[in-house]
Amino acid sequence: MATKVITAEDVRKVAHLARLAVDESEIEALTQQLDSILDYVNQLSELDVTDIPPTTRAIEVSNVTRPDVLEPWPNREDLLAIAPDREDDFFRVPKIM
Amino acid sequence: MAKAKSSKRQASKTSKTAKSTQSTSTQQAATIAPEPTPVDPASLTYEAVIGLEIHCQLSTQTKIFSSSSTQFGAPPNTNIDPVCLGLPGTLPVLNEKVLEYAVKAGLALNCQIAPYSKFDRKQYFYPDLPKNYQISQYDLPIAQHGYLEIELVDENGTARRKKIGITRLHMEEDAGKLVHAGSDRLSGSTYSLVDLNRAGVPLVEIVSEPDLRTGQEAAEYAQELRRILRYLGVCDGNMQEGSLRCDVNISVRPVGSNTFGTKVEIKNMNSFSAIQRAIDYEIERQVAAVKAGEAIVQETRLWDEATQQTRTMRVKEGSSDYRYFPEPDLGPIEVSAEQLAAWRADLPELPAQKRHRYETEWGLPPQDARVLTDERGVAEYFEATVAAGAPPKLAANWIMGDITAYLKEQKLAIEALPLKPTELAELIQLIEAATISSKMAKDLLPELLTQGGSPKALVEKKGLSQISDVATLEAMIDEVLAAHPNELEQYRAGKTKLQGFFVGQMMKKTCGRADPKLTNQLLAKKLNASS
Repeated sequence: MATKVITAEDVRKVAHLARLAVDESEIEALTQQLDSILDYVNQLSELDVTDIPPTTRAIEVSNVTRPDVLEPWPNREDLLAIAPDREDDFFRVPKIM
Repeated sequence: MAKAKSSKRQASKTSKTAKSTQSTSTQQAATIAPEPTPVDPASLTYEAVIGLEIHCQLSTQTKIFSSSSTQFGAPPNTNIDPVCLGLPGTLPVLNEKVLEYAVKAGLALNCQIAPYSKFDRKQYFYPDLPKNYQISQYDLPIAQHGYLEIELVDENGTARRKKIGITRLHMEEDAGKLVHAGSDRLSGSTYSLVDLNRAGVPLVEIVSEPDLRTGQEAAEYAQELRRILRYLGVCDGNMQEGSLRCDVNISVRPVGSNTFGTKVEIKNMNSFSAIQRAIDYEIERQVAAVKAGEAIVQETRLWDEATQQTRTMRVKEGSSDYRYFPEPDLGPIEVSAEQLAAWRADLPELPAQKRHRYETEWGLPPQDARVLTDERGVAEYFEATVAAGAPPKLAANWIMGDITAYLKEQKLAIEALPLKPTELAELIQLIEAATISSKMAKDLLPELLTQGGSPKALVEKKGLSQISDVATLEAMIDEVLAAHPNELEQYRAGKTKLQGFFVGQMMKKTCGRADPKLTNQLLAKKLNASS
């Protein structure tokens, strides 16, 4: 497949959605790389899958559940302590907007 | 089974969820005046098109994917664990009660339950969401294509019924709660504090079809949904604690049009009456705008309880891109036919069925049926009272009147009322048999409500049974007449109003136990006998 699937604009959009700071100088290279990845995956479309049910997951296991039984995490302080910043009982985050 | 559905994901990947696709695609044409022959928008009559998205917290002990408590009101970050914090290396496991409750809710809402369902990741960045994605359901929700029936009773007591479509019901996790330091609002705060007690609390989101037309219909729909979930015991419906949260989508269009106007979303309504008032306000605002030829802006507005108005919160710039994809950490869900049948068999009789039955079988007015079925406990109390032999209308009057007032005053649930349905039925039967008067029953009520027990035994103990023996009453009347010769003379001279005086004397003499109707009859006979 020679035609480009991904444009520079797509790369900027995806980077923004993923909150990745991408330098304008990297855009061209990333566009090519992403395009070649998609091109590689696109080989699959050569196969005729008309009568094959789609695979939603690789392992055939369903209905994995647990009983509704309370088991509180014993070390709350550990969980608060690993946060980059906290204030008393709260996790503290920078100004949002 | 999942074949046809999974491919649909691709088609609608830019819209918020599958359900909003149909509305967003049809709601773009905001122009009210048709192009070829311009019509004055002010001359048209408008109707509102309203759809509701309701988030309901499921009444489980633990979170949807981990074993922390869901208890409301705990100190910040008490009910947390590595899974709900999204720490690396942790794996979510679905709470079996969440699935059961979601399926039961779907069944009660007449939905089709998906034989094959799965979870997806909805990606967005906000500090109340530690993983940067919410585990939700996108293209294969657990339930779809249902409806519920609302009943609106007008001032004359006439009932109107309407079916409201349910587009879908899906399971998802709640986010945490933010406290904005230094300000009540986001703007103005220098940093924010995060409480993740609520993160991972199980929710179902229930999306209605745009079938609602007025604020009253929308409020009734939300109330009926709450009633159904409470009957099932899957959600407590507490709006103050956020167990039931309602977002409204609303647009207006000329009556007769089959396209949609531009849709506005309203949030922040904390009661059913607020839902109704917010919608009525918004309809008026939008109709005034289109009549004046102004365009409606697609935005999210907040209901402000203080000013009774909606105001702009944020303008929507295109549809959000949540980049849904299947949650790789959770396997699919397959509800077997046997499991489905077992859960269906668990469903109680629902409020709409009860209303129909009370009206058709027992001839109750729609307003009574509505009040009695609002809470499952009250409906069951009422039914037990009727089953114990009380005439339905009389039982209804006692329950809706004195008993409801007492429960309200004492802040009691009817299940905790000492007076049991069989005892209420006995009380009603004592009145019916004229053993006691209604007045005497009312006098006995405080003791019965607080202590319970057999009304018959209480009447006997207090020697309160009504005197309805003719001979006894006649003898007493003779005594009363003999004791008041002056009044008797005046009565016979034409002052017939004095009959009331004699009735009063009889009641005084018997401490209120004389059968009032019989006493009046016998007294009239004696008074009017020839002197």
